[in-house]
Amino acid sequence: MANLLVIAEHDLGHLKQATLAAVACAHKLVAEAGGSFDILVIGQNVGGIAEVLRPYGAATVMVADDAQLQHPVGDKYAQVIADVARQRETTMVIGAASTFSKDILPRAAALLDAGMLSDVIDVHLAGGDFIFKRIMFAGNVIATVKLDGAVKFLTVRAAAFAQPQKVADCSPVLVIPIDAGRLPAFIEYGGREAKVTGRPDPTEARVVVSGGRAIRNAEDFERLVGGLADALGGAVGSSRALVDAGITPNSLQVGQTGKIVAPDLYVAVGISGAIQHLAGMKDTKVIVAINKDPEAPIFEVADFGLVGDVYQIVPELVAALKK
Amino acid sequence: MKILVPLKRVPDPDTRIRVKPDGSAVDLDGVKFAVNPFDSIALEEALRIKEKLGETEVVVVTIGGQECVEQLRVGLAMGADRALLIRSTDGLDALAIAKVLVAVYRREQPAFVLMGKQAIDDDSNQVGQMLAALLGIGQATFVSKLELTANNSKARCGRETDGGIETVTVKLPAIITSDLRLNEPRYVSLPGIMKAKKKPLEEVGMADLGLTITSRTQVLKLEPPVRRKAGVRVKTVDELLEKLKNDVKVL
Repeated sequence: MANLLVIAEHDLGHLKQATLAAVACAHKLVAEAGGSFDILVIGQNVGGIAEVLRPYGAATVMVADDAQLQHPVGDKYAQVIADVARQRETTMVIGAASTFSKDILPRAAALLDAGMLSDVIDVHLAGGDFIFKRIMFAGNVIATVKLDGAVKFLTVRAAAFAQPQKVADCSPVLVIPIDAGRLPAFIEYGGREAKVTGRPDPTEARVVVSGGRAIRNAEDFERLVGGLADALGGAVGSSRALVDAGITPNSLQVGQTGKIVAPDLYVAVGISGAIQHLAGMKDTKVIVAINKDPEAPIFEVADFGLVGDVYQIVPELVAALKK
Repeated sequence: MKILVPLKRVPDPDTRIRVKPDGSAVDLDGVKFAVNPFDSIALEEALRIKEKLGETEVVVVTIGGQECVEQLRVGLAMGADRALLIRSTDGLDALAIAKVLVAVYRREQPAFVLMGKQAIDDDSNQVGQMLAALLGIGQATFVSKLELTANNSKARCGRETDGGIETVTVKLPAIITSDLRLNEPRYVSLPGIMKAKKKPLEEVGMADLGLTITSRTQVLKLEPPVRRKAGVRVKTVDELLEKLKNDVKVL
């Protein structure tokens, strides 16, 4: 019997879509092993987020709401998760793979002396044991693993789990009392530098247009990569090179240590295709690569490759799309 | 001040990783090994702090077999003062590694720990956070900017998160995990290599640390990902759009 806890992620008043992938994983586990799952929302004034999560069949949607929890600070959030998991006798805690989950869940796991598996893409029950598949070596190895211990923690790749079904009955909301005085205070939040672009999050978009080393400056990035993304109604992404050069913000980086995206269409504009970049977009349905170098490794994963100068081709592409 | 820098021996990041046909392991035949890039970055940061503050000891530690001495020597050659090999033959998972590092931490009593956010082979990104929890101290993860403040009692860190760069100030001691853009590690110099030969390198067994630790994670099998179908070259923008609209229907 599974007793699961899904940790919801939200930002700027919106639920992150990836949370639903964690819910879908919980659905699959409950379907196979029986039992139930709860969802935990942590933050300040998060009642609205809890409401959005009520139609997904959780036994309860728990809310840990306090001024001290306004920002996702690792020590406080991990403590709340560990306390709730202990109280509920949770056997498995699940979050979607994101910097939020990666910062907090391993800490919560160790507080409970629990092992953890990152970037899980599949889970099923075999002979009474949960068998997991997870990604290693920048997406070049899939490991089939078992994890011992009374409590297990997982992060799941959002693209690996389809949208969960809604159910007729709404989950009850349970408010968790927070003793703010008992929360750890090692870490002080000092703000976030975030550029609100008006474009979708690359991890949530159907189309991503991503720029690489061929793009010379921020204006060209906006004009070419941004222009093409807008023509396709998509999000923008970036290779590491442009972030290192200060041309794009880190939040656009796609790769082994950036965002993992799996849209319907990924257009790699002037990206060479290093192993570390491919790790972030290899599961895209259709990959298009535009690059001057016919030997660029990106062409090995591209479904459609166009060799040429992005400064010529992209404006042509945008014009043709607008027709 | 003492800074502890755990580092891991990993296959060189540019290696084309292949799984053995029987799925039992990655084929490491002929593979070059390196210090995990994120750990090099952590070590570089520790060395810069040492150069700035003076009177700082940088200790590198790794967990594994004799072959790991190679990476400890690289750490010493870069400028670390002392190296520690915790001998282990088992494939320990993140929680197990964190528990070993707890014992090392208690032995060394550093001002803080600086380590890579993830190893590029396992890609777990867990050890630093688990270590912080087990020690009951703070953490700052995915750090791309680090500044010691309040008379070296705190660290003001820029963290690379999905939503942008987040600033946190963490009380020391703490576990700080490094991200790509924290710095560019120095190359190992020949004088550095020569000096490294005289620096202390100690080997300690798990039993010496009073540890019997096993891994909770059991790897049953490894396999490569499903190969993508080979793609085609198109010659014009029109050809590309035609294929996107009509062949794969993504537009």
